[in-house]
Amino acid sequence: MSIKGFHIVFIVFSTLLALGIGCYCVWIDLTVGEPVYRTGAIASFVSAVVLIVYGVLFYRKMKRLRLIT
Amino acid sequence: MEIPYTVSARRDTGLWNAKVGIWLFLASEVMLFGGLFSAYIFLRLDAGPGDWPHGLLNVPVGTGNTAILIASSVTVVLAWAALKMRDLTKYRIYMAITILCGVAFLVVKLAYEWPQKFDHFGAFIKEDALGKYEQYLGNKHLLEKGLPPRKEITGHLHNKEALKDPNIKEYEIALDPINADPTNPAMDRPHFWPKPATEKIATIEKEDVQYANMFLPKHSAYFASYFTITGLHGAHVLGGVLVFCYMMLPASTRIYRHNPEHLANRVEVAGLFWHFVDLVWIFVFPLFYLL
Repeated sequence: MSIKGFHIVFIVFSTLLALGIGCYCVWIDLTVGEPVYRTGAIASFVSAVVLIVYGVLFYRKMKRLRLIT
Repeated sequence: MEIPYTVSARRDTGLWNAKVGIWLFLASEVMLFGGLFSAYIFLRLDAGPGDWPHGLLNVPVGTGNTAILIASSVTVVLAWAALKMRDLTKYRIYMAITILCGVAFLVVKLAYEWPQKFDHFGAFIKEDALGKYEQYLGNKHLLEKGLPPRKEITGHLHNKEALKDPNIKEYEIALDPINADPTNPAMDRPHFWPKPATEKIATIEKEDVQYANMFLPKHSAYFASYFTITGLHGAHVLGGVLVFCYMMLPASTRIYRHNPEHLANRVEVAGLFWHFVDLVWIFVFPLFYLL
């Protein structure tokens, strides 16, 4: 596997981590009830979306530059 | 003499040599970290209720470090792509950012997170003395809520000499919020947003303590695993940073002038290693900081 492929795998895992942290923050917020965790959840879900968008753009750009065949 | 297959692919493997080498190396690394992760998970599963420390790490700092490593993975790929596009200036910029990210991660880990732990104290109370320290443990309240009991009192040790001097019969601890106000429902779950130690001082008699120490590897299986895995991971980050620094030296520029593809291949191999190191952290972070 090349660095391009491994990078996409890495972004997938990072996205899953961001989603996991988001769900975790929601759970803590429901049990402890501190607004800081709600902020954490929003930040995590936004990060997950940013990572997904970046991953798609990266894949497209690599393909356009013929660095991914 | 020219070393063969540093740029072109071998006919038999279809890969250039260094790529085969790095994947063999990464396979051995998977076994190394896999063994350590397995050990941690089995230790955790085997721990009795209340025996496994919870919420002792600084989650916001860990999250920041995770973001730094993810950003560095992006910049290392951009550095490689810049080389492929034959843009040496952009390559240098992205590589410098990658190095800065690696250094920032290590500084946070070694100059902030670890020393903070070395300065923290915990005392595990003997089973038969748990009732005596109920005001700091709040186990009746936890029992009513069906939560695991607390057995450890944590905070900042005022009389550090008590750790070594057998003539001092008690520990004086400036309590963490969780032990200062244990029946507060907000303390039922670990606090992941760091709260400083309170000014409430608890006096714990040594004869009631099963085991007490600063948050060092010998404190518990949790901290032994934490320092081993994060230390080994930190060593890998340092290794990666040193390799990237080498790739910024004039020697690498000479390679680029001679054959740009040769340097691009070197950066790709180092980048694969860097991605692996970052991927390990993606598992370390939730395992130690959150679960």
